[in-house]
Amino acid sequence: MTQPLIKATNLVRTYAVRRGLFGKITPVRAVDGVSLSVMPGETLGIVGESGSGKSTLGRMLLGIDPAQGGSVSFEGSAMPRLGTAEWRALRARMQLVYQDPLAALDKRLPISVQIGEPLEIHRLLPKNERRARVEELMAAVGLRRDQAERFPHELSGGQRQRAVIARALASRPDLLVCDEPVAALDVSIQAQVVNMLRDLQESQRIAMVFISHDLKVVRNVADRVAVMYLGHIVEEASSDVIFASPRHPYTKALASSVPVPGKKLEGRLILQGEPPNPADRPSGCPFHPRCPIAADICRTARPALQTVAPQRNVACHMVTPHTVAIAA
Amino acid sequence: MIGFALSKLLRAVVTVFAVMTFAFVVLRLSGDPAQVMLGPDVPTSAVDAFRSQWGLDQPIWVQYLAYIQSILTGDFGVSMRDRAPAIDLVMERIPATLQLTIPALFLKLALGIPAGVYAALHHQSATDRGVIVLSILGFTIPSFVLGLLLVLIFSVTFGLLPSGGYGSWQHSVLPVIAMSIGGIGILARFSRSAMIEVMGQPYVRTASAKGVRWSDVIWRHALPNAAVPIVTIVGFMVGSLIAGAVIVETIFSWPGIGRLLVVSVTNRDLPVVQCILLMIAATMVVSNLIVDLLYGWLDPRLRMQAAH
Amino acid sequence: MTALDIAPIGERGFLARRVNRLRRAVPFSVGFGIFWLAAMVFVAAFADWLRPYGITAMDLSSRLVGPGDPQHLLGTDELGRDVLSRLIQSIRISLVIAFGATILSGMVGTALGFAAAKFRGVVEHLVLALADFQAALPFLIMALAVLAFFGSSMWLLICLMGFYGWERYARIARGLAISASAQGYSSAVVQLGAKPSRVYLKHILPNIASTLIVSMTLTFPEIILMESSLSFLGLGVQPPESSLGNMVGFGREYLTTAPWIMLAPAVVIMLTTLSISLVGDWLRDKLDPTIR
Repeated sequence: MTQPLIKATNLVRTYAVRRGLFGKITPVRAVDGVSLSVMPGETLGIVGESGSGKSTLGRMLLGIDPAQGGSVSFEGSAMPRLGTAEWRALRARMQLVYQDPLAALDKRLPISVQIGEPLEIHRLLPKNERRARVEELMAAVGLRRDQAERFPHELSGGQRQRAVIARALASRPDLLVCDEPVAALDVSIQAQVVNMLRDLQESQRIAMVFISHDLKVVRNVADRVAVMYLGHIVEEASSDVIFASPRHPYTKALASSVPVPGKKLEGRLILQGEPPNPADRPSGCPFHPRCPIAADICRTARPALQTVAPQRNVACHMVTPHTVAIAA
Repeated sequence: MIGFALSKLLRAVVTVFAVMTFAFVVLRLSGDPAQVMLGPDVPTSAVDAFRSQWGLDQPIWVQYLAYIQSILTGDFGVSMRDRAPAIDLVMERIPATLQLTIPALFLKLALGIPAGVYAALHHQSATDRGVIVLSILGFTIPSFVLGLLLVLIFSVTFGLLPSGGYGSWQHSVLPVIAMSIGGIGILARFSRSAMIEVMGQPYVRTASAKGVRWSDVIWRHALPNAAVPIVTIVGFMVGSLIAGAVIVETIFSWPGIGRLLVVSVTNRDLPVVQCILLMIAATMVVSNLIVDLLYGWLDPRLRMQAAH
Repeated sequence: MTALDIAPIGERGFLARRVNRLRRAVPFSVGFGIFWLAAMVFVAAFADWLRPYGITAMDLSSRLVGPGDPQHLLGTDELGRDVLSRLIQSIRISLVIAFGATILSGMVGTALGFAAAKFRGVVEHLVLALADFQAALPFLIMALAVLAFFGSSMWLLICLMGFYGWERYARIARGLAISASAQGYSSAVVQLGAKPSRVYLKHILPNIASTLIVSMTLTFPEIILMESSLSFLGLGVQPPESSLGNMVGFGREYLTTAPWIMLAPAVVIMLTTLSISLVGDWLRDKLDPTIR
C-alpha cells in the first residue's frame, strides 16, 4: 500500500467565543479529534451542515488554520508553520478553491495575470513560456482566449470560478481542496463546473478534498465520503456504499433526502430538533437530541469512530460489529 | 465602562509621558543654549559655568532623570532668561490666550453648527449651496492672511479698530474673528455632512413616516446621532484652546502663550519651551480623553467595540 | 471659432456633444479648480522661463512701485525686487514642498498602517500610540520647536512636513488592509504562496490607492497652509529663497504703504487651497464615497 498524500491525525481546533456583553469566554470546538487521510489521486468528499466544522477542517489540511491539537502531514512530513518559507513553497503542491470566486479574485487585475500568478510566485516556468501555460490552463477550464484580459467583474459567476480553478491548477498541485466550490453558483452552472472539476482531477491525477453541504454534488465526484456533525466524523465509507446503505442515523437522514432520478422520494427521514450549534454542544453523542434511535448511553458517552466493516467507519453506539454489547 | 475609561486614561498618561520625553530629547539634541544665551564672544569659562549651573554638563540620561523627578514633584524648572519659575511665566500668559480662544470657540459653535444643520435640513437648496461655498472659503483662508486682511480693512482703511496690542475689548475683536472663521467653516461642513447622512438613515425616515413631530424627529432622533463626528471636531477645538492662537497672537502682538512660545523658542529657553509643550499636550490629551468618554456615552456601540 | 466653422457638420455635432457632456460631468467650480491647479503646476515647472527678473535682482531706483506698472506688473517691494518674479519662484518652492511632503507623509502613513495590519499585536499598539502622540501635540507647535532648534533647511522642512497627516493614511491603510484580508482576495494570494511584500504591494495597495489619493487631496492644502504659516513666522523657508508664506510675512511690514506685496501671494495661497478643496471634494464623490 502506498503512503497517503495527506494524513490528519486527531485534529482539534477551538475558537474562543464571548457570550453576551460581559459573558465569559467559552471555547467552541469547531473540529474535535478528526483523523483522515487522502491517497494520491483520490477524491474525498466531506459532507455536513453549516457549523459542522467542515470548512475549518479543509483549511487545517492546508495549514492555513493551525492545528491546536493533533497533526497534519504531507507525504509523511509535518506541515510547516503558516507563513514560513517552507509553508509558502508547499503552496505549489496544494491549492484551495473558494466558495466565492468574486471575493477570491483581485478586482484590479485581468484574470490571465491572476491565473499566471502562481507561476510567478514559485518561479515555475521561464518567463516566455508562462503565457502559453496560462492559455493552456484557460482552455482546460473552458475559458475563451478573448477573455484573458477581462476583469473579474466582467465575467459571470461560473466563469470566475473557472478562473479560480485555473489559478489553483497553474502550479500542477498534487492536492486540491475545494471548499463549497459551487455553492455560490447558479444551479444550472453547478453541474458544468463539478463535471469539469472531476474531469480535470481524473486526467491530471490530482488528489481532491471536496467539501460540500450538498450530497448530490459530493456523490457525483467523490470516491470516498466522510460525514461530519459538530466537529466529528460520524461516518466514513466509499461513495457508492455510503449512499446505498447508510449506517449512522444522521447519514441515513441525509441520504434519504437525495432524490434518485426516476424514483419517487420515499421513506424520507425528517430530522427533529434544532440544527447543530457548535457553541452549545450536547453531552454524550453530539447527535443524540435529534436522533430517532437514541438510547440512554447516547446522552452520557460519546461514541468513537470504529471500523464496522472493511473500509467503513461509523461513530454510533447503535451500530457496531458487536451490537449485542451495547444493550446493557 | 470602567475598564474602558481606565484603558483610555492609561493611554492618555503614556501619551503625555511620550510628549515630555520627545520635547526633552529633541530640545537637548538640537544644540547648546549656552551659546545663544551668552552670545558668541564670551570666554569658555563663562560657558562652562553656565553649563554646570543648568546641569548641561551631565550625561543626557542623568539630565532626563532629574527632569522627570522634578516634574513629578511639581517643579517645571526655571527660565534660563528671566530666572523666574517657568510655570509662573506660562501661567501668567494663559488668561490672555483664553481671552481670545474661548470667545472664538463660542463663535465657532454658535455659528458653525447651526449653519451646517440648517443647510442639511434644506439639502440642495440655494442656502445649502451658499453655506458650502462660505464654509470652503472659510477654511481655505489661512488665519494669517485673514488677520492681515482684517487689519488692512478695519484698522488701516477705516480706522475702526486697533491693529494690535492688548487692553480694551476692542483689541480682541479682530483676533477673535480671525481665529474663528476657519473653525466655523470646518464645523459647518462637518455638521452638514453628518446631518445629511443621519437624515438618510432608516430610523429617521421611519420616525418621520410614522408621524413623529418634525421637531422631535430632528431633536430626538437625528441630532443625537449626528453628534458623534461633530463632537470629535469640537474636542479638537477645545484641546487647542491653548495652542491654537500662535499665529494670530503673533499678528496682533497679543501677549499670550503663543507669543511666549515663539519668543522662548527663538531664545532657546529650554525650560519654558518644555513647560509650554507639556501644557499644550496635557490640554489636548485631557480633551481627547473627554471626547472618548463622551463617545461611550453618545454611542454605546463604540464602548463595546473598544472593550473587546 | 474658425476651426469649428470649417469642421464638417457631423464632427461639429460630436464636438458639441463632447463639450456638453464634459460640462455636465464637471461643475463650473471644479473646472475652475482644475484650470487654476494646471496653471500653478505650469508656473512651477517653467518658473525659470516665466520669471521676468531674478528674485534677488534689486532696483533701488524703483522701490515700492504699485501694481500695473508696465515694467513690474505686480509692482515691486521695498528693495525694488519684482513682486511677480518673486511670486513665480515662491509658487514653485511652495508647491515642491507641498508635493514632496504629501507624498512622503502618504508613504510613511501607508507603510505604518500596513505594518499594523500585518503584524497586529505590539506593532499595532505602537502605531496607535504614535498616532496618539501626534494628536496630542499640534503639528504647528511641534514643527515650531523642531525648526527653531535645528535651524531651517529645505530638506528638513520637507521631511518634517512629511509627518503631517501620516496618521490619517495609517488609519485608512490599516483598516482597508485588515478588511482586504477578511474579504478574501489577499488571503487567496497568501494561499497561493505569495510573500507579504507581494500581497501588500501588488494586490492591496492598488486596491486601496484611490482612497489614499483622495485623502492626499485633503492633506495637500493643509500642508500648503502649514508651510506658509511656518514661513510666515519666519521658521520655514529662509531668505534669499522665497515661498508664498514668507512673502506674506515680509509683506506684512508694508501693509499700510504697499499692500500688494502681501496681497499677491495671499490671493495665490487662497485660490490654490480653494481649488484643491473643490477638486478634491469632487474626486472623492467620484472615486470613493465612503470617506469624509
